[in-house]
Amino acid sequence: MPLLHVNEQQHAVDCDPSTPLLYVLRNDLGLTSARFGCGMGQCGACHVLINGRSVASCDISVEACVGQTIETVEGLTPPGQALHALQEAFMQEQAGQCGYCLGGILTSARALLRHNPNPSADQIKSALDLHLCRCGTHQRIVKAVQRAASVLRQGEV
Amino acid sequence: MNTFPGADERVAHLDIAPTLAASPWLDLWVRFEAGERVRLFTGKVELGQGILSAIAQIGAEELDVAYEQVDVEAVDTDFSPNEGSTSGSRSIQEGGEATRQACAQVRQIMLQHAAKKLEVQIDDLEVKEGFIHVRGTDIGVSYWQLAYEVDLHQLVQVKAPPKDRQHHRLVGQPLPRKDLRDKLMGGGFLHDLTLPGMLHARVVRPPAVKARLRVCNDIKVLALPGVLKVIRDGSFLAVVAQREEQAVKAWRQLFIDTQWDIYESLPDMNALPEFLTEAPHQQELLHDSPANRIDTVSISARYTRPYLSHASIGPSCGLAWWHEERLQVWSHCQSLFALRDEIAKLLGLPREQIVARHGQGAGCYGHNGADDAAYDAALIARAMPGHPIRVQWMREDEFAWEPQGPAMVVDLKGAVDAEGHIVQWSQSIWGNRHIQRPGRRPEPGFLAAWHQGEGCDMMPPVDMAMELGGGSQRNAVPYYDLPGMRVLNHAVTEVPIRVSALRALGAYLNVFAIESFMDELAHQSQQDPVHFRLRHLSDPRARSVIEQASAYAQQHWGWDPEHATGDGQCGVGLGFARYKNVGCYAAVFAEVELQEVVQVKRVLAVIDCGEIVNPDGVRNQIEGGVIQVVSWILKEQVTFDRQRITSTDWESYPILRFNEVPVVEVLLMPQPNQPWLGVGEGVTGPTAAAVANAIHHAMGVRVRDLPLTAQRVVQAMR
Repeated sequence: MPLLHVNEQQHAVDCDPSTPLLYVLRNDLGLTSARFGCGMGQCGACHVLINGRSVASCDISVEACVGQTIETVEGLTPPGQALHALQEAFMQEQAGQCGYCLGGILTSARALLRHNPNPSADQIKSALDLHLCRCGTHQRIVKAVQRAASVLRQGEV
Repeated sequence: MNTFPGADERVAHLDIAPTLAASPWLDLWVRFEAGERVRLFTGKVELGQGILSAIAQIGAEELDVAYEQVDVEAVDTDFSPNEGSTSGSRSIQEGGEATRQACAQVRQIMLQHAAKKLEVQIDDLEVKEGFIHVRGTDIGVSYWQLAYEVDLHQLVQVKAPPKDRQHHRLVGQPLPRKDLRDKLMGGGFLHDLTLPGMLHARVVRPPAVKARLRVCNDIKVLALPGVLKVIRDGSFLAVVAQREEQAVKAWRQLFIDTQWDIYESLPDMNALPEFLTEAPHQQELLHDSPANRIDTVSISARYTRPYLSHASIGPSCGLAWWHEERLQVWSHCQSLFALRDEIAKLLGLPREQIVARHGQGAGCYGHNGADDAAYDAALIARAMPGHPIRVQWMREDEFAWEPQGPAMVVDLKGAVDAEGHIVQWSQSIWGNRHIQRPGRRPEPGFLAAWHQGEGCDMMPPVDMAMELGGGSQRNAVPYYDLPGMRVLNHAVTEVPIRVSALRALGAYLNVFAIESFMDELAHQSQQDPVHFRLRHLSDPRARSVIEQASAYAQQHWGWDPEHATGDGQCGVGLGFARYKNVGCYAAVFAEVELQEVVQVKRVLAVIDCGEIVNPDGVRNQIEGGVIQVVSWILKEQVTFDRQRITSTDWESYPILRFNEVPVVEVLLMPQPNQPWLGVGEGVTGPTAAAVANAIHHAMGVRVRDLPLTAQRVVQAMR
């Protein structure tokens, strides 16, 4: 039975080891921030952090994730606590319309801010360029990441 | 088209909001609940546009409660008021107005009871956060205390006057969206819903637009782990499994194990204008006024657009459960009542036996696959009673089978006299009608229904009447004061590719053509594009958005209206429209830069949408509308061969990316005393035209076929 390390917890998962990680996160672990968009790794909606890198969870098998450190957006805010600065910045900027793409975008933004605490607008756009947003909320999203960066520079991601 | 029922006869004499008159019981709209909370019910659905938050804002304003005290319930056909479809940028005018009137009346009723109880005059009372008190004292009673004594199950009796606008404390404020927090935490979507014992299904769609399932060998599929059932009904084919990934695996295997008769039914993608102008059509004269002067400069031009995909980031999803003699359906569609009624019709059930509930989907920009996915789930649930069924479309099916925004052609011919006035305007439109929503015609309105059994032709699309906003003919009649204007629609009746409503419908190409042609006529008669428009425009609000936009572009962008051409690389262009000729006013400037690709650097949108409920919500809609249209106009077209749609992933249907989006600046014209006009689709046409006019300004060449790719600019230069 594959053992997954997600958001600092171990989960034994009862499924075929070739199952894409996305379905296990959503349907077995109830972590729905990673969302199915294309199943082809083209849109970014299902991104999660694996060993700190933002990657598509729709085309990586559970088997390949055993022993890796997986982080999802749910790990940002422990239950009952205030929103993480990154999410709070998205609230402040109202950086969402439908919001379907935001799980993946928050994930890539989180990865970016860990290694670049003071990114320029262009660096944010490049870091998010493989994420598609159809509602056209891009400029608010870029502003939200900048806002989060400035708040987080006083703390830690 | 108003698809909600007519006024209840008991209130038909009242001059109240039509959807309130159709559902006139006050407790259908407002309830006071434990914990000092207010629950509002609406027939409008959240599509990503923020409508539920705006409804909460309007309700909280009228009731004098805090925005934070209000919850708005998602539509459920068992108890929500039927307000028809959430479409056409009409939700604030229809749903917002009904909520406003219902809440105003509830407040009045509560005040009357409070006055009696406290033995004071109504005028001595005021309300704060739901606490009705005698002005200047803390003597009073709350809505929630009164709710034990006052039964709101009563008919609306009067058109209660809404709150005086100068006392507004919430309407007009940029309050935060109510649904965003959940979505940032990882939830909030229909796609996340799980039901006890839920099974996962996938539908195997035909390999071509016209195809019949000849052989299906399900032996291998049924042997796969977790697979429970293969359902076949004619050419409708679905597979059900315990787990989602098992359903996906089975879906792939099942397709391999089928044989189909495939037909060539699609036109030549590279000769779409020829197809549209030669196909059988119904001709409609939309406007005809005689020309009265001789023309001196006469030009003509043809503008075209391809089919466009909705291209929502999340594919369509539907859930259904045949449970205790009822069919429960969950959908992210735009009209749950129409969905329920159409399912009832096709399954031969009384509609009371079905309940349809809304859950949020990825951004909805028109009639996408949501209704179809719900019907898929309903069909499968009927075959597996007792099991909740979840269907999610695969990305390739979403692109291939959702209704597309129709391809269109607009031909224009115009003449300007020696004084520079337009004296003749002749316009012809070709294309399919734009609305294929279920229930709008007697034919079955769902994709799967056309594949079931012997199969049948798909439901032909319809247009609404012009006075209700039209469809293909939306914004076909220019908003300018033009003598000698003739506008003719050719509604093409052959529908090779499934089409339906996509943001702004026909207004996208109609406005693109009209506003491109206005620039062409201005250029031809050596007039600047702003002055030329203003001299043909008498509506002061229309003039005002153009004047404001022009002043801003001159001041902040250094744009010079007298300077007819740019520097061969950068250019600035203008587009204007009043959406549907009765909705919001939009003047848009775009700045482009041409290198190896066409890049839109920045866009300015000046909007007059009447009174504004939430200025940040309006800005968000406008920014999004602009960016989506820049994507359409620079990049997008549905591709197909003679059998099937071939743009079925994000590589074959690319959309605008973070590195490509323009800076969008929005100016809102304050009109607090004017009626709501709606805003979601207003910038669609003007933005498109502004980009084309900017390319002309930069390079001196006119590109009239969409998308406006660098390749097309180069072709135009030759």
